[in-house]
Amino acid sequence: MVRINGNDVAAAGQNLQAFLEQKGYRCDRIAIELNGAIVPRKTYAAVTLHDGDSMEIVHFVGGG
Amino acid sequence: MENDDKLVLGGHEFTSRFILGSGKFSVDLIKAAVDQAGAQIVTMALRRVEAGQKDNILDFIPKGVTLLPNTSSARTAEEAVRIARLSREIGCGDFIKIEVMRDSKYLLPDNAETIKATEILAKEGFIVLPYMYPDLYAARALVDAGAAAIMPLASPIGTNKGLSTRDFIQILIDEIDLPIIVDAGIGRPSQACEAMEMGAAAIMANTAIATAGNLPLMAQAFRKAIEAGRAAYLAGMGRVRETASASDPLTGFLGD
Repeated sequence: MVRINGNDVAAAGQNLQAFLEQKGYRCDRIAIELNGAIVPRKTYAAVTLHDGDSMEIVHFVGGG
Repeated sequence: MENDDKLVLGGHEFTSRFILGSGKFSVDLIKAAVDQAGAQIVTMALRRVEAGQKDNILDFIPKGVTLLPNTSSARTAEEAVRIARLSREIGCGDFIKIEVMRDSKYLLPDNAETIKATEILAKEGFIVLPYMYPDLYAARALVDAGAAAIMPLASPIGTNKGLSTRDFIQILIDEIDLPIIVDAGIGRPSQACEAMEMGAAAIMANTAIATAGNLPLMAQAFRKAIEAGRAAYLAGMGRVRETASASDPLTGFLGD
């Protein structure tokens, strides 16, 4: 399992870029932190998700 | 207004002195609000995104507007730094508004943590605009830490109570050699105008616009008030005196 935004998701073993596209995330609008480190957008395709990983996927929302 | 009257933040020049928040209202109204505000800078926040969530606020912000992400939800300098780095990764520039607060009732900023975050982020090349409680020593520390402007609160966030901290903001305007952008609590155009008359460099407002009956019209009212206050400040106020001073000539009356 991969912990994504606080939820366990069956994504272990998947390529990050492929996972994001399959789940419908807009790669040009998000930022990703994997196990506490930022993953640059251009390296998504080179990252494999592992069991026990913790990932945050964030984007901008309205705010002051 | 003179076109050469520019707001300069981190080497970037702006002719508008109205920074608009994008919270608490529909994204469908953002374009109209930005247009009517004449805003060139819009703030936003960073939050978790759900899988398959297609709507994104960036699709609704007019082109050419500078984005100013905030670090709201940060309780420490470390969390603010983390949010700032993630925000920059989205790819909308180097501006960051630091907000660090632990008090959920009044949302007052923690100046000490804000100074720490400012120092770290300024060194990383961010253009740092720290939201702070108007304290002269904290403002000086923020200058030393590399802030591009200082953003003192007028009143607690979202209260629309106006310039509760008026005299202390004036001290910052008089003593700090950076743009002072009055942020939070400004509820009416007249209050925005007063802050600009005092010499504030800009006004940041969100709730006052978002909770107005007619949002774009209120954005327009704020723009006019801010422009009026700025022009009055540049013009220099007329003097105040205790006794009357005739505005008309005191000679040449009929029947003399």
